[in-house]
Amino acid sequence: MTATLVKEASPPAPAQPDGARGRRLRRRGRVIALLFVLPALLLLGALVVYPVLFSVGRSLFDASGNEFVGGENYAEMFRDPTTLKAIRNTAIWVVVAPTLLTGLGLILAVLVEKVRWATAFKLLLFMPMAVSFLAAGIIFRLAYDQDPDKGVLNAAAVTVHDAFKGTSSYPAARARDGAGLTKEADGSYVTGAGVSPGGTAALGLVGVAPKDLPGDAEPAHAAASRTAGADEVRGVVYLDFTPGGGGEPGVVDRRESGLPGMKVEAVRDGRTVASTTTAADGSFRFTGLESGSYAVRLPAANFAPPYEGISWLGPALVTPAIIGAYLWIWTGFAMVLIGAGLSTLPRDALEAARMDGANEWQIFRRITVPLLAPVLTVVFVTLVINVMKVFDLVYIIAPGPVQEDATVLATQMWLVSFGGGNNQGLGSALGVLLLLLVIPAMVFNVRRFRRSQR
Amino acid sequence: MNAVRRGLSSAVVQAFLVVIGLVWMTPLAGLFLSSLRSAEDTAEGGWWTVFTSPGQLSFDNYAALLENTGITQAFWNTVLISVPTTVLVVVVAALAGYAFAWLDFPGREPIFLVVVALLVVPVQIGLLPVAKLFGQLGLFGTIPGVVLFHVAYGLPFAVFLLRNYFAEMPKEMLEAARMDGGSEWRIFTRLVLPVGRPAIASLAIFQFLWVWNDMLVALLFADSSSQPLTVQLQSQIRQFGSNIDVLAPGAFLSLVVPVIVFFAFQRHFVQGVMAGSVK
Repeated sequence: MTATLVKEASPPAPAQPDGARGRRLRRRGRVIALLFVLPALLLLGALVVYPVLFSVGRSLFDASGNEFVGGENYAEMFRDPTTLKAIRNTAIWVVVAPTLLTGLGLILAVLVEKVRWATAFKLLLFMPMAVSFLAAGIIFRLAYDQDPDKGVLNAAAVTVHDAFKGTSSYPAARARDGAGLTKEADGSYVTGAGVSPGGTAALGLVGVAPKDLPGDAEPAHAAASRTAGADEVRGVVYLDFTPGGGGEPGVVDRRESGLPGMKVEAVRDGRTVASTTTAADGSFRFTGLESGSYAVRLPAANFAPPYEGISWLGPALVTPAIIGAYLWIWTGFAMVLIGAGLSTLPRDALEAARMDGANEWQIFRRITVPLLAPVLTVVFVTLVINVMKVFDLVYIIAPGPVQEDATVLATQMWLVSFGGGNNQGLGSALGVLLLLLVIPAMVFNVRRFRRSQR
Repeated sequence: MNAVRRGLSSAVVQAFLVVIGLVWMTPLAGLFLSSLRSAEDTAEGGWWTVFTSPGQLSFDNYAALLENTGITQAFWNTVLISVPTTVLVVVVAALAGYAFAWLDFPGREPIFLVVVALLVVPVQIGLLPVAKLFGQLGLFGTIPGVVLFHVAYGLPFAVFLLRNYFAEMPKEMLEAARMDGGSEWRIFTRLVLPVGRPAIASLAIFQFLWVWNDMLVALLFADSSSQPLTVQLQSQIRQFGSNIDVLAPGAFLSLVVPVIVFFAFQRHFVQGVMAGSVK
């Protein structure tokens, strides 16, 4: 990008005074020139060039640095499972992140042209570029938190899930052994003895702590003593436990609470013929039943463990999750850069296509994207180079135990060299590998620069 | 008919962009609101509960943060690292950029090609050797050590950018100045630097942000008394969840300076980041 700024930069026409004075002047000019470049060259030589050479050399020695091992560290890199994992994860990063970013940047750059508040939108999306990876890491660590009371993403996931699947009210409830309820394989409870219309059933459960009872729960005693009509089955689902003791198992005692909101089904010959939900006092009623014997079932949904959201930072999703945070930071960059390319497209080509009746999608596919190809390539390559070196985000967002699943080359290099591994031979080899990976970019830069100088 | 369809599609586009904008704002808003809540409230529920009970919000966490000497020292260290680095990079790179563009010395072309090649060298490769070197020089664990490392790794891009910008100056301008008998130093300070101001501004902003936001370099080269805010906060992340009342305001403190710079110098900021992305 900067190279486009470069025009003809011919060396200054050397003034050519004759004789000894001229030579002295020219020597003086060179000395001054060297004084100008010296600070930069010293720093670059001592802190960049020398370290590169040192690392290449160091990578050929073992952990202690005393024994020459040749390519052993490089072979080790592809044997050690964690390092291999780092290489694999870096490959995922390099393929996925730049592709998504370039695609998203392209779509947004094209769409934002169509609204009047384009500048404000670009500013908003570009702003994360100002935020450090550390701050972004903390932001997303918070957003991805497993606890739906902390992490906004899981709060959303749980809300959506419960809206569609419903919540179960009594995950810990169970029946006492021998109390007339049998637990089925799917987790539901069914009454053992059949109930005929006109009969009642009392389904006692335990295992619900009094504080977990819904606030509107009322004692079940009154409802339990009601009699059923000729074509109905009545009953209560109640907590078979008297606070403070004194209750009798299997009997609806005076102070025992109903379990409201419990789904109840009437089952005949294995088919569910009616279903209802218990009232505040735990009572339920099936009406209009044909005569015969029914079983009362409490379906498993009543007892399902609560949905806990998605384990964003678990071993399986941690890399996609961190890539998501990376997208938040870099999408604005891709969009603004592609937008700059978009503004240089020939307007008349687009207008002509529109005149010919091409729709927006055809224009996008056939004209915009092909003309933008060079810009898209620059964006993609730039992102690849940056993604290869990603360190802070992974280091911050992946929780300690998952660090190994999320590791990439840069974090692995750090862990191996300084973070406990303390194998500077292998660490140097990983550093050299990182350098090797960016050498194509290096060659590209040098070539492009030399071309621009011609 | 067509107009209706176009109006509809424009509404869809607007709605889509509004949703994207909201999604992009949510993480920052979440951090900011979290930073205004007490540890007890955070344990009870998420930051979005402030919309129903705004009484949770207070600046107590920030007051506590200012009392926390670890944090204030680290903030000060961040300033002491990023400002000198920015100044040094600009000065050293401007000198070298001018020499590479307009002065004649042996090896000028090949040396500059090496500088171009160094553009993409990852800092990772320098960590270990420079740590050893600084250990011998007594610079390890000091602010000057961190600064020197940043300056060195900022230079390739800085020299590249400024040399290219300076090279575009009209030749006649420099020759006229030389004819008038100005020394190279005088020409540099009176002519080249003022002309190069836009490029220098973009470079300075980019460099400042790069160093302000750095964690990796300081993680290695700074000790507990010279560590910047990023490293200080990073060291507390192990207890994530129990200390959001420190981490959230700390992170916000660390990002508010770059965001102010961003809004104050939008154009230079975007140009600097765009140009710097070749790194």
